[in-house]
Formats: sequence, C-alpha cells, structure tokens
Amino acid sequence: MSVETAEAVKMPEFDATKARLISKRRRLSLPQWANAWIVLIPAMIFLVLFMFYPILNTFLMAFIQDFDFGKGAGSFALGNFFISLSNARKVHQTFGFENFRLVLTDDVFPRTILNTLTLVVIEVPLTIIVALLIATFLNSIKALKGLFQTIFFLPYVTNSIALGLVFTMLFSTGEGGIVNMFLMKVFGMKEPINWLKTFGTSGIEPATRGHQLVVIVTSAVWNGIAFKILVFLSGLATIDKQYYDAAKIDGSSNFTIWRRITLPLLSPQILYITITSFIGAFKMYTGVMSVYSSIAGSMNASYYFGGEKGEDWMPIVGWIYRILGTQTNTSKGVAAAGSLILLGIILFITLVQFAVSKKRVHY
Amino acid sequence: MAEHAMYFADKGALIRYRTKTIILRTLVYLFLTVFALFMLLPFVFMIVASFIKAEAFQEFTTRADFSQLGFTNWTFDNYAQVFADHYTDSLGHVLPRPSFGHYFLNTFIVAIGSTAVTVVTAVLAAFAFARLEFKGKNLLFTLLLATMMIPGEMMVITNYQTTIQIGWTNTFAALILVHGVSVFYIFYLRQTFQQIPNELYLAAKVDGVNDIGYLFKVMIPIAMPTITTIIILTLMGSWNSFVWPNLVANGNWKYNANYSMKLVSNGLMSLFGQQASGAADGGDTIKIAGSMVVTAPLFVFFIIFHKYIMRGVSRSGIKG
Repeated sequence: MSVETAEAVKMPEFDATKARLISKRRRLSLPQWANAWIVLIPAMIFLVLFMFYPILNTFLMAFIQDFDFGKGAGSFALGNFFISLSNARKVHQTFGFENFRLVLTDDVFPRTILNTLTLVVIEVPLTIIVALLIATFLNSIKALKGLFQTIFFLPYVTNSIALGLVFTMLFSTGEGGIVNMFLMKVFGMKEPINWLKTFGTSGIEPATRGHQLVVIVTSAVWNGIAFKILVFLSGLATIDKQYYDAAKIDGSSNFTIWRRITLPLLSPQILYITITSFIGAFKMYTGVMSVYSSIAGSMNASYYFGGEKGEDWMPIVGWIYRILGTQTNTSKGVAAAGSLILLGIILFITLVQFAVSKKRVHY
Repeated sequence: MAEHAMYFADKGALIRYRTKTIILRTLVYLFLTVFALFMLLPFVFMIVASFIKAEAFQEFTTRADFSQLGFTNWTFDNYAQVFADHYTDSLGHVLPRPSFGHYFLNTFIVAIGSTAVTVVTAVLAAFAFARLEFKGKNLLFTLLLATMMIPGEMMVITNYQTTIQIGWTNTFAALILVHGVSVFYIFYLRQTFQQIPNELYLAAKVDGVNDIGYLFKVMIPIAMPTITTIIILTLMGSWNSFVWPNLVANGNWKYNANYSMKLVSNGLMSLFGQQASGAADGGDTIKIAGSMVVTAPLFVFFIIFHKYIMRGVSRSGIKG
C-alpha cells in the first residue's frame, strides 16, 4: 500500500493510462460477499468435514440401534438408516435408546461418573483456591515477582505423559520414594505407603483407592494451576489502585480489602476459570492415565486407571476411549451415547454455574 | 513507608503497623517459596534421576540411601539408551526399537504441517469474519461459537471412523489435516483484526487495493504478534498431543512397514511399556531420561518465547 501511496503523491496530474488500469481492476474485482466465501473455503472444508459433520453424526449414531459402520454407508450414520429404509441392502437399523440403555447398565460406566465427580469436586475448588491465593500474593510483592511468575507457569509447558511418570516416581513405594521419605523423616510415619500399585506387590499392602486419589489430585493440581494463576494475575492487574488507597485510608484490614474489593472485582475472571475448569475436569483423561502409564504391566496403558481391571479411577472419557478402542461394530454407537451423556452433564453444570453466578459476578 | 506516617495517631501505632507489614510480607514470601519448591520438585527430581545409574537409583528408592546419588554414580547411559535404536529384553534378545530421534522427526513434520494449515485457515476465516460483510455471517459465527462448548470426544468418535474409512490410519494426513482448523484461533485473530481502524481499509480502497490485497499488505503485518502467538501455541500443542495420535497413528507408516508413526508422547508411552515388561536393565532411569528428553526441548522453547506464550495463554486456555 505504501508504494502506491508514494506513486499517487508523485503524480499530481491526470494519468489516463493509470486511471484506465485502476478502473479495469475495479471492474474485475468481485463483490465483498464472494470474496468472503472464497477466503472462508479452506476453513469451511475442515469445519464441515471434521467438526460439524462429526457432531451431527455422533449425535445420530447414539440413537441408532446396532450401528454398524462396517456396512452400508460407512461412517455416515443417517446414510445407513436411509439404506435400511430403501431396502437396497440388508442393513437392519432403527432409531431408539438402546445405546443409552447399554451405557447405563454397563458394569463400569456408572462408576466412571462417580469417579469423575469425586475427582472434579476435590480438584477444581482446591486448584482455584490455591491459584487465587498465589495470584493475590504475587500481586502484592515486587522483589522476585518475575522469577516466581515464571516458576509457577512452568507446569503449563510440560508434557503430561512425562510428568505423569515423574509423579508416579515421586510417590513410589519404597522408603526412598520422595513423598514417603518426607512423611517418614518429617512426620515420623513408620511404614512406607504403597501409593499406586494394586498388583504385583509382594510383601506390601496393595494401594487403596484413597492413596491413589492423593496422587491423582496432587498431579492434577500441579498440572492445572499455571493457567489459573496467569488469568487471575491479568485480572488483578486491571483493578484500579484507587480502591485500595481509599480502603487503606478508611483503615480496613488486609483481609477485608481482599474480601470486599479484590474478590468482587476479580469475579469475572473467577467465573471464567470456574466454568472452564469444571468443563476441563469433566473431560479429564490424559492427566489420570499418565499417572498410571508406567505401572500398567501387561494391560493397555492407554486405558489403565489402577486396580486389577484398570478401572479403579477410570474417568468418563477413559471409558469412552476404551469402548472406542475395542473395535467391535456396535461399540461406536455405545461410545457415542456415552459422549452425549458427558455433553449433558457438562451443559447442566455450566447452566447451573451461570444461574448461580448471576447475582455474584460484578462486571 | 514515610507517606503512611500521617495516617497514624502516634508513633506506637506506626511501629505496630510496620511490624505487622513485615510479618505479613515474610509469610507471603514463605508461602510463595514453599509452593515454588512444590512446582520445581518434579523437575529437579527428573533431572537428577535421569543421570543416575539404574542400580544406584533402585537402591536409593528402596532404602532412601542418599550416598547413592554421589557423582561416582552419575552417567549418560540412560540418555544413550533412549536414543539407541535397539534394546535388550530380559531373555537377552536384542530387539529393534525406534530411537527418540525418530519420534522427534515425526513430531516436527506434524507440528510444522499442522501449524501451517491451522494458521492459513485461521487467518483467512478471521479476515472474513472481521472485515467482510456477507449473508449468514452472524449465523455462521454463532455456529462456530457453539462448537466450542461441545466436548472433543464427540468429534473424535466420528473422525476416528472417517479416518479408518478413507484409509488415513497411520498417515501424516490424519495427524495434520483432521485438526486443521481451530475455532478458538479464528476467534482470537478476529478480535485482533477488528481492532484495526476502519480508516485504513477505506484508505486502501481509495488506493485501489482490493480486499485480499488489504489482508496481506495491512492486516497480517499489523496482526503479526497475534499470529506469532498462534504459531507458537500450535507448535506446543502438536508437541504435547497424545490422544488423537494414539488412536489413529500408533503403528507403522501406511507406506513403509519399517517406519514408526509415533510422535514423542506416544513414543514415551511405548518406552514405558518396553521398560516395564521386557527390557533387561535400567527400567526407571531410562523412563525418566525419556521423559526428560520430551520435556527439555519445550523448556528451551519456553525460555525463548515466554512473552508470546504467556500473553497468548492468558487469553485462551487450551492445553494440548
């Protein structure tokens, strides 16, 4: 653009050739809506194929009985239904709630909901409260602030699988496991605790679900806190310093200032973090799996979540992936139904949060 | 502190105030330090353990014997094993396995490919939403917003089938193209584009620059910091991606049966498996060295680009 501007300045008198060229270009240029669709084409191809269509298809698949993607119209769920209607090929399919019945009567699924709920209820509030404290403290200091900020952000850039292993090792069974060592040396615990291993543990008690929970929650807090601290800090930076000065003149205590000024003014960020954390926590999978990934033994580490069958702390998404991985023809419909139930839970929780927050969030 | 003096009735009150402030300050720093140590502990542990001889580490974990961590027991052997292209199982057989160099190569290919596709689609789409007028714009945009609410698993189920059906299992196409568009980045860029003043657009029009020319000559240069952030976050996402590659590209390449398709995270998982079940020596320390090899490059990356990363992350909230 700058080049053309320079040319225009250099040529004050009318240039017939250039004028004709410009008008020609104008005539050739397409209307704006056409340009818009042209630049949207690349994104739309991907969106339609790998986002819009999958959402619709998975939704339909959940309601089709014995969905068999090996036959008929392949992955196109509704296509299979049409083929079954036209009787062109022998594909017997009907709409119904069979898949949901299979999900809800499954041996494991109800427990995965309970597992996920337990993990969410412990992990999310804990992480948010600690993150809020750290952010407030960080905001109140000057020296070393940058260093602390960088350290607290580090977990964000780590690989979940790698860090899962490190947590398994920190909580390892022997007296030299870092956590056991700490508890024995500092708190005088007598016997080392077996935190994670539930089989192949000759001579020691297999890990209880409670012990496993400690490891999962610790690593989840460690993993999830960086992002929350960062968001709270950016929120705190926008609060006007005048409020604090006014409160100080009134002689308010630090805690009152935090409760009456910081918290209300930070409430949009707190709401945002609460909602995204709950959604993220209900979808937890890699974080839990990675803690167990190095002790799965002969079982498939991708679907192993402690216990003899790998189901001790299996989350909903872990169950969905395990079903999906079984590769039987009907498993896809069941997995689809499971994912719809997950969507239902997430929507419900989000709506409740919005309703509750209406009175408490100050924008 | 001198400016506070006027608020206090007498000298005693001022001294009490100052003492309280100092105690509070100390407590704040104490809390932050304890938590910083908690944050750093896994890294320190990982670095130290990755350099310790296997037997010495075994001794240390079972008996809490710190003398095992002495310098005589330090070694590079764990890293040599991670980058070796074979391992010895408990029966003494030498078995081939891809080295981490191989996983790195795969990850680079996927990271660069998917970053290129994601950035191109996001820039073009964000341009349409931010600058151009067309019928159905609001409807389409609302539709995009709605997809962000839906758990990715719903898409994975059908995408997994589609991938199998069009024969993309164990190909780079499945890893690069299926996640070739990010609704969030379209959003993020659209916001940046919208902040560019309208006058620039009108000025460009007067100069005879068409819409596409305006995008490339004005908008992209102005929005470059945001685009850089997107590039960096996408690269990081590819490096840490696990679930999707684990489903569709966990075997050997479709076109070469000797070429493993695994990315770093999946390679790490298979390393855990081999060391746990079959490998003869150095189980734990090799696993830790493998974890270190996967974590360290991202750290270097973070140190160089931390400004872009932290700015981008504070607005997003995606973790790979």
